[in-house]
Amino acid sequence: MTELDRGPSLPDESPIIVQEMAAIESSATEASEGPEREFTVAARSQFRIVLRRFLHHKLAVVSLVILILLFFMSLFGGAMWKYRPTDETNDLSSPPSMSHPMGTDSSGHDYYALVLAGAQKSVEIALIVAVVTGVVGTAIGAIAGYYGGFTDSVLMRITDLFLVVPELVIFALLANKFASAGWEFLALSLAGVLWVYAARVIRGVFISLREKDYVEAARALGASNRRIIFRHLLPNATGPIIVNITVITATAVLLETSLSYLGLGVRYPDTSLGSLISIYQEASTTRPWLFYFPGVLIVLICLTVNFVGDGLRDAFDPGSRRVRA
Amino acid sequence: MLGFVLRRLLTSILVLLAASVLAFAMVASLGDPLASLRAKNPPPSAEYFRERRAALNLDKPVIERYWLWLKGFSHGDMGRTLDGKSVSGELGAAFWVTMRMSIAATLMAVFLALLVGVYSAVRQYSVGDYAATFTSFVFLSMPVFWLALLLKRWAIGFVNQPSLFGWHPWHSTILYTTGQQSPTLPHSLFARLGDYAGHLLLPSITLALVTYASWSRYQRAEMLEVLDSDYVRLARAKGVKPRRVMVRHALRNALIPFTTVVAIDIGAVVAGAVITEYVFGWHGMGFEIVTAVRNYDTDLLLAWLMLTGVFVIGFNLIADILYGVLDPRSHVT
Repeated sequence: MTELDRGPSLPDESPIIVQEMAAIESSATEASEGPEREFTVAARSQFRIVLRRFLHHKLAVVSLVILILLFFMSLFGGAMWKYRPTDETNDLSSPPSMSHPMGTDSSGHDYYALVLAGAQKSVEIALIVAVVTGVVGTAIGAIAGYYGGFTDSVLMRITDLFLVVPELVIFALLANKFASAGWEFLALSLAGVLWVYAARVIRGVFISLREKDYVEAARALGASNRRIIFRHLLPNATGPIIVNITVITATAVLLETSLSYLGLGVRYPDTSLGSLISIYQEASTTRPWLFYFPGVLIVLICLTVNFVGDGLRDAFDPGSRRVRA
Repeated sequence: MLGFVLRRLLTSILVLLAASVLAFAMVASLGDPLASLRAKNPPPSAEYFRERRAALNLDKPVIERYWLWLKGFSHGDMGRTLDGKSVSGELGAAFWVTMRMSIAATLMAVFLALLVGVYSAVRQYSVGDYAATFTSFVFLSMPVFWLALLLKRWAIGFVNQPSLFGWHPWHSTILYTTGQQSPTLPHSLFARLGDYAGHLLLPSITLALVTYASWSRYQRAEMLEVLDSDYVRLARAKGVKPRRVMVRHALRNALIPFTTVVAIDIGAVVAGAVITEYVFGWHGMGFEIVTAVRNYDTDLLLAWLMLTGVFVIGFNLIADILYGVLDPRSHVT
């Protein structure tokens, strides 16, 4: 196992003996009876511990499977489905059936093809936002938390500013101007705001971690700041970082669909789950399938992301009772 | 304490100033307030354009325009909207419309969150706890606009029910799905309040449901922590009645952090109100900001930001002070 996979000793549900291997790095070990020796100490890496604990969380595992299926369906399903979103069939406003699993709209578009196209944009945007905020937010949050000083003050002032100026207003102003810039621009501007929230969380984690004894020990041994950050702090912050990314992903989906619903997000000819709901909302009483399918898909994506995040948090830090909000 | 409040107020003013600079710069660089005039057919005369530009100060440099706005604002003059109405009049009316929804939703959400949070903590890992957790995760994962549309749809189906044995229980509408009030208000006070309430119900339920979810999770966690504490164990060991332990010892202490979370999240409630208003066709702050952004109406946008900004900062300050008062151990410095 690499250095990155090692972390602090964590209590597990199985009887294990925790040994402080060194002041700097510690790992969990398990006592098992070997045939020859009385004690055989098998080290388990943090990765294996977390994986084991995550697999015990049934809801999270089921969610992860559904989420992977949803992502796969959204990203590649459109290309494999027999209808294109632009195809006009002869079935007008037909309810869900074998040939049209999600029905059709009044001009005969196969709704499943439209929903797949919408889901593709929504998922693509969410993934771009997750990757960008994950990298940028973590980097800036880590620097601000560890060094304090200038970066920290700037970050906190930006946070203050975003408290006062709702992100919706910023997006609305940008969207009006860059209506023609396409969905990539939307994704980047979402990331441009959401990284602040990610950075604030990671900053908090690094502030608490930098006071730990093992950091002091590492420093006493002459480790450089870079070594402390990459070898000691980052591996220990893996849990909060990953959980943070899941929260941001769900937030990005909700924000993007809301903006698209308001007509300020993804625009024609691209489509998103939010714009589908906005286009077909008048039909909700007469042709309910046009209203329910995209909405349920949004809820399903966010719900599974949230459950996976919850399971991961429990797996990384079983003692924690912090809440996701 | 007084020093703390004063220092916070001073930084808040600086933050508001920075926010106004940011918003002003964005509007000035991104938009053209005269776009709707330009789009007119036949186009207005060049003379008229010059007049409008002069009236809106668009012929002056950006910095001077900002300075003029700031000077007016600091004297209590919020300026005029593009079509010449007074901004303070517009926003004043809109603010109370939005407040009506936000306050009703907050009250409902607090009540629900306490009920569900305490129940889940007391019956931890019971079927009820799992059901409550699942439900709050569903609401956390639901876009506000979709929930609003969903409730609207159900309400319409409900109101259009066929009669029951010749009796029309829904004959007089009690639920409204558009607007914050009927266009013509009834004269008697009682009927008018009923009209307000009928319009208020669905939007505030929407807002309350998306808000209560995270609060109930929070209250559950706090309650669990308190129930696990030494003083609760001691109270039980002394033989204090279980009910009294629950209310006097546990709940009262678990309410302290909850109060501050609610105060901090008020800003998010108002932000959620913007979208809820849009779906239900209310003319509140949400309508105003959409208009302001669409037309690049500088005065309206800046006044909107300042008003909501003061509101959010105010509640954050209240949260900090409340925490200090309720929990004397945490000394604010």
